[in-house]
Amino acid sequence: MLDKNGIAKRIAQEVQDGYYVNLGIGIPTLVANFVRNDINVEFQSENGILGMGPFPFEGEEDADLINAGKQTITALPGASFFDSAMSFGMIRGQHVDLTILGAMEVAENGDIANWKIPGKMVKGMGGAMDLVASAENIIVAMMHTNRAGESKLLKRCSLPLTGVGCVTKIVTELAVIEVTEKGFKLLERAPGVSVEDIKKATEGTLIVEGDIPEMKL
Amino acid sequence: MIKKTVKNVQEALEGVKDGMTMMLGGFGLSGIPENSISELVKLNLKDLTCISNNAGVDDFGLGLLLHKKQIKKMISSYVGENAEFERQMLSGELDVELTPQGTLAAKCQAAQQGFPAIFTPAGYGTEVAEGKETREFDGKMYVLEHAYKADFAFVKAWKGDEAGNLIFKGTARNFNPLMCGAATITVAEVEELVKPGELDPNQIHIPGIFVQRIFEGKNYEKRIEQRTVRQK
Repeated sequence: MLDKNGIAKRIAQEVQDGYYVNLGIGIPTLVANFVRNDINVEFQSENGILGMGPFPFEGEEDADLINAGKQTITALPGASFFDSAMSFGMIRGQHVDLTILGAMEVAENGDIANWKIPGKMVKGMGGAMDLVASAENIIVAMMHTNRAGESKLLKRCSLPLTGVGCVTKIVTELAVIEVTEKGFKLLERAPGVSVEDIKKATEGTLIVEGDIPEMKL
Repeated sequence: MIKKTVKNVQEALEGVKDGMTMMLGGFGLSGIPENSISELVKLNLKDLTCISNNAGVDDFGLGLLLHKKQIKKMISSYVGENAEFERQMLSGELDVELTPQGTLAAKCQAAQQGFPAIFTPAGYGTEVAEGKETREFDGKMYVLEHAYKADFAFVKAWKGDEAGNLIFKGTARNFNPLMCGAATITVAEVEELVKPGELDPNQIHIPGIFVQRIFEGKNYEKRIEQRTVRQK
C-alpha cells in the first residue's frame, strides 16, 4: 500500500518530456517533487503562472507570487505571468497536456465529484470545473476509500458533479486504474496489495484482465 | 493625455451607494484593492453584490465587509478560507453564487469587451448549468454564460500613470485586468503612480481607456495566506 508520497511518485511517471502540467491542491502538488530531472516540464498554476518553481527560501517570500493553493512560490527561468482569462484560455484551449487533481468520488463512466458535500462543505469549485471540462488527459490522485471505509470508485457519483465523463486515469494507494468505456480497468497493483484487496475497495465495475503487475516505483 | 487621477480613495469612491454591484480584483489576498475595500468598510455601505474570485479571510480583504454584514450577495469561485462567510451562507443571511473560476474570468472579460455572453464547457452536466441554455459545437456540449453587469470595479495594480495605464506584478495580476472597463466606473489603486511617459508603452498591461479613476494607495499590508518555504 502506498502513502501520499507514493501516489505522487507513481503519478510522476506519467509526466513526459515537454509536458505543460497543471497540479491541483493536496497529493497532486507533491507530484512536482518526483518528476525525473532529465526531462523538461513546466508547471502551470491557474492563478496565472507558467514555469512555477519550488517554494521560496525563508525571507524570500513574495505576496505577489503565489500558487492556486495561495502558497508562496518561485518563478523559474523562462516563467511567465498572465491574467486569469488567459490562464483558463490555456486550459480550455487544451494547451495544457496533463491535469492532475484530487477527488471525493469518481464514477466508472469518468464522472468526477470533488467540490461540494451538500449541507456540509461548500467551499466552491475554484478552477476544477474548467479543468475537467476541457483537459484531455486527467489523472485523479486520491485514496481508494473515504474515512468511513466506503469506496470512492463508484458506479455513479452520489455527490454533486464537477464534470462528466472526463477522468482518464486514477492512482490510489492500492492501484493504477484506467477509466474505459466498460468501466474501471485495473492496470497495476501497489506493492503488497492483491487484486482481491482492490476488488473489495472498488464499488464500480472493475475489469481485471490477465496478470496485474505490481507498480515499479 | 486624458487625466484619470483623483486625489485620494475618498474621491475615487465618489458615487458608491447601497445595493450596488461591485467587482473586486485579486486571487486569495494577492492583488486585492486594499485601500478601496477599507473605504467601503468605512462608508458602511449595505446590500452590496460583490463579484470576486474569493471572499477574503475572516479579518482581511472582503472578510472585513462580510464581518459588518455589508454584503448581500457574493459571486465567487472559491470561498473556503473564511469561517464567517460559511456561517452567513449556511444560515441563509448571505446569497452565494458559485461560478467556475474560468467562467468568472470570462464573464468579466466579456463585460469588458462588449460580448453579451460566452459559451463555455465548464460546468456542463453539473448543477452550475441548471436552467441555462446549452448548445453543441463540434460534438461537445457548452453552457451559455452571460457577461456580468457591475456599477464599480475596484482593481489593484503595481504601477500606473496619470493616464490610467496599468502594469501588474507577478500573480497579483489575476482578475484585475479583466475587471478594468467591465463596470460603469473602474477605480484603479496602484502602489506607485507616475507621470505620463515614465511607463514604457510596450509594457502596459491595461491601457488607460479602461480606467476612469486612479490613485496611489497607502499602507499596503499585502498579507500572505499560506506562507510556505523550503530549507536552505
